[in-house]
Amino acid sequence: MSSVNLLGLLFVAGTVWGIKLMSSPATAVKGNLLGSVSMAGAIILTLVSEGIVSLPLLWVAIAIGTLFGYYMAVKVAMIQMPQMVALLNGFGGGSSAVVSLLALLGVLGDISTADRLTSGLGLIIGGITLSGSIIAAAKLHGKMSQRPIIFKGQSTWNNLTLLATGVLFISLLMIPSDGISQPAFWILVLSLAYGVLFTIRVGGADMPITISLLNSFSGIAASISGFAVRNPLLVAIGAIVGASGLILTRLMCKAMNRSLAQVLAGKTVLLVGKPTAEIGTPDVDSVSQKERAVTDKDQDDFLSQLRDAKSVIVIPGYGMALAQAQHEVKKFADALEDMNKQVRFAIHPVAGRMPGHMNVLLAEADVPYDKLYEMSDINDEFKETDVVIVVGANDVVNPAANTAEGTPIYGMPILKAYEAKHVVIFNLDTKPGYAGVDNPLYSEDTVTLVLGDAKETIPQALSGLSRSINPA
Amino acid sequence: MSLPILLALFIVASVIGYKVISDVPSLLHTPLMSGSNALSGVTVLGALTVAAVAKAPGHKFPGAIAIVLAMINVVGGFLVTHKMLRMFKKGTESEGRKNVIG
Repeated sequence: MSSVNLLGLLFVAGTVWGIKLMSSPATAVKGNLLGSVSMAGAIILTLVSEGIVSLPLLWVAIAIGTLFGYYMAVKVAMIQMPQMVALLNGFGGGSSAVVSLLALLGVLGDISTADRLTSGLGLIIGGITLSGSIIAAAKLHGKMSQRPIIFKGQSTWNNLTLLATGVLFISLLMIPSDGISQPAFWILVLSLAYGVLFTIRVGGADMPITISLLNSFSGIAASISGFAVRNPLLVAIGAIVGASGLILTRLMCKAMNRSLAQVLAGKTVLLVGKPTAEIGTPDVDSVSQKERAVTDKDQDDFLSQLRDAKSVIVIPGYGMALAQAQHEVKKFADALEDMNKQVRFAIHPVAGRMPGHMNVLLAEADVPYDKLYEMSDINDEFKETDVVIVVGANDVVNPAANTAEGTPIYGMPILKAYEAKHVVIFNLDTKPGYAGVDNPLYSEDTVTLVLGDAKETIPQALSGLSRSINPA
Repeated sequence: MSLPILLALFIVASVIGYKVISDVPSLLHTPLMSGSNALSGVTVLGALTVAAVAKAPGHKFPGAIAIVLAMINVVGGFLVTHKMLRMFKKGTESEGRKNVIG
């Protein structure tokens, strides 16, 4: 084996080992460093082995990209992480699309049918990743509505776009070399169009699945463009990313009780759901009555429940992040711990807008990670728990998921907050969550609703709790 | 390197990747995603090659753009992952714990 290949293998091994170190928070920082060093090594190896290390253009482009990347990473807030990752996915996909396109155009010399096959695929997947990720990022960043955009005959248009891309792709394999640029161009246009068509119909709550899928695509696109330029490092590392995204996609689908095929076909929550008004209109009435009934007495009740509680589980949702109430929640949890209560956090897999988003938001607020529990690890403990505190979460604790057949969340695994002795819910309002299904939990007797901005209601509850312990 | 070897590499890397990544707990899924996201910027290797050998300006320019895009992906991805991972602390390491009540 040549020294180039040997070094290449070393960098791939470094990448894999880096990901392996990512399996524990204690070693993950090192894992990420190892990954970035391996990547730097791979770049230098490519520059040297191809004899292109002295070209100024390359270094200028590297410098510009590095500056922009640095700027983005420094500026980004943790709540913006999903759109940042989405955008970066898009850039990776776009880069792969360009590489494949240039390979198709014969920049690297004459290309065989096999090369046309791989370059064509790289172009399609890269193009879809680019435009799809930009739409996803725009939705997550609030530049576009998070509601699915649906128009008449959308599925037909989607399928036609795919079909046309397929036909062009096949023609790409058969036509003479000097006629390649036309179909290649149209394949790029259609792939970009498909990326848009595919993501505009995805709703906000389905974003974790979509981002994971686009993550996988960006890896696959890189790997395939590696075939086009015959770079084994690119093939191997791209494949690893593809696998990673696929695993996360599967996990997210499972957590939302959706199949990958449904997501690919654009059958999102709101599409399969009935109009909100039809579901449980009577519930809304009873909820709003209860809402009015949240009095000082109720406040005293849940404060005394909290005071007497031995075990508390906090369930944070995306609403907490929107209210920017992580630090308030952390203070509240600290106060409860100081009163010698056991305090744990239960994290639903799809809480937030990307896999693991809630954990990052809580880590930012200094909540130690050994207090964060996955759903499967804590779900049996709710029945032994005195008080559950829900902050800005709805669908993930909605018992309708177990019973309301035909609703979008039916069959979705939920955190069993309803099994606890008491539940206090700090939500902005009693509107249904993103899935559009009313939450019967709101009208249970064991449940206290505290409505309003969690950034205000949590500190209020905290000072109420202090007063009830140390009456002045 | 020939296509069959690359294909074998693709399969082996996918399988190893799948195995290793399955062990990452959901606690770290966001950093995992941004980290693997940075890795998908590995396409910069291809971008470097095509930008270097391209002769026509109409090919060189897109090649350079591809390098820029991929480098944003690589640098942004790794840095933001680092930023996130440094926030994860165990109970005993967490500072700034104050007695709020009492």
